[in-house]
Amino acid sequence: MNSDANPILTLVWTFGLMSLFAVGGANAAIPEMHRIAVDLHHWMTDKQFADVFAISQMSPGPNVLIVTLIGYSVAGVAGALVATLAMCVPTAVLAYYVSRLFTRSSQARWPAIIQAALVPCSIGLMGASGLILALASDRNWTGALVTAVAAVLASATRLNPLWMLLAGGCLGFAGVI
Amino acid sequence: MPPDSPSAAIPAPDTPTSTPPGLIALFVAFAKISLAGFGGVLVWARRGIVDQHRWMTADEFNETYALCHFLPGPNVVNLSVVFGSRFRGIPGGIAAFAGLLGPPIVIVTILAALYARFGEIDALRRILAGVSCAAVGLLISAVFRMMTPLIKRRDLIGLVVMAAVFTAIGLVRLPLPAVLLVAIPLSIAITFVVRQRVTA
Repeated sequence: MNSDANPILTLVWTFGLMSLFAVGGANAAIPEMHRIAVDLHHWMTDKQFADVFAISQMSPGPNVLIVTLIGYSVAGVAGALVATLAMCVPTAVLAYYVSRLFTRSSQARWPAIIQAALVPCSIGLMGASGLILALASDRNWTGALVTAVAAVLASATRLNPLWMLLAGGCLGFAGVI
Repeated sequence: MPPDSPSAAIPAPDTPTSTPPGLIALFVAFAKISLAGFGGVLVWARRGIVDQHRWMTADEFNETYALCHFLPGPNVVNLSVVFGSRFRGIPGGIAAFAGLLGPPIVIVTILAALYARFGEIDALRRILAGVSCAAVGLLISAVFRMMTPLIKRRDLIGLVVMAAVFTAIGLVRLPLPAVLLVAIPLSIAITFVVRQRVTA
């Protein structure tokens, strides 16, 4: 940690702002989380970031809880709580007001255009998430192979994703990856 | 999306909505949805709200979700607030939000503490490395699934915008706000012009 300012305030500012730019959900903001937590503030290493992503995918609850783990690594329990609320409250307030607006006057045209314009942006962001996490996780060719197999299985079958995470964990434990 | 979206007050003919849920019911329902949702809460949200409690019809749910999806931030969190407040105003929104986030925050914070304490143990490092490889594969498959409609429609503009955002964020590693403040207005303008031309 090399932040000279109060780390709690840094978390509030960082995730509060990110909240409003997370177009397409929490997974779309992963590149920004990586840029800030690993490259900018050095809160964690690349490997720790990949670990934290793995933990958040294995835990119950929405995917956004990766910020809880990042917050904890910066400032303990308080950091975990503050980071999560900073990431969720601004957009929740926005959602509340926008939903009231749309139930009153339903102008179906603008939301449709905005939505059509945002979808490609959020796919681009998710793709960047995939790249950054793959670079952080796949340290050798077996790791890359596991990623590729999981991607194909998840696209082609209706297998429960938990089984693939479990299989990945077993292969890792066995020292294959 | 139908032009006049049915509000919760005017039930559609097939609406099985009984009594609106109270604050505690909202909290408990969203806590259950959240704790059931490994890797994705949306499926469980639909199951809980539409099938189990019958608080919304499938159409109402889709419409609410579409709204939450085009807003920034975690979609399911937005959904909980919009849903809760529709029935019980701001307190309802807070109850659903707290139910969705409260219990998993406790669990994840415990996991974070365990990771901070034992994260250097070799076996755990190896397990997590394996899990993250698989988890990245799942994420990549989700990206492909979202891309498929763009490719099928031969939506060239969409694909170019997507590639541009991917390059700026993933390869050049520019800050997110800067990229989106350029990409979103541009994308909206292009979409608007293209649709004008199609309808004209």
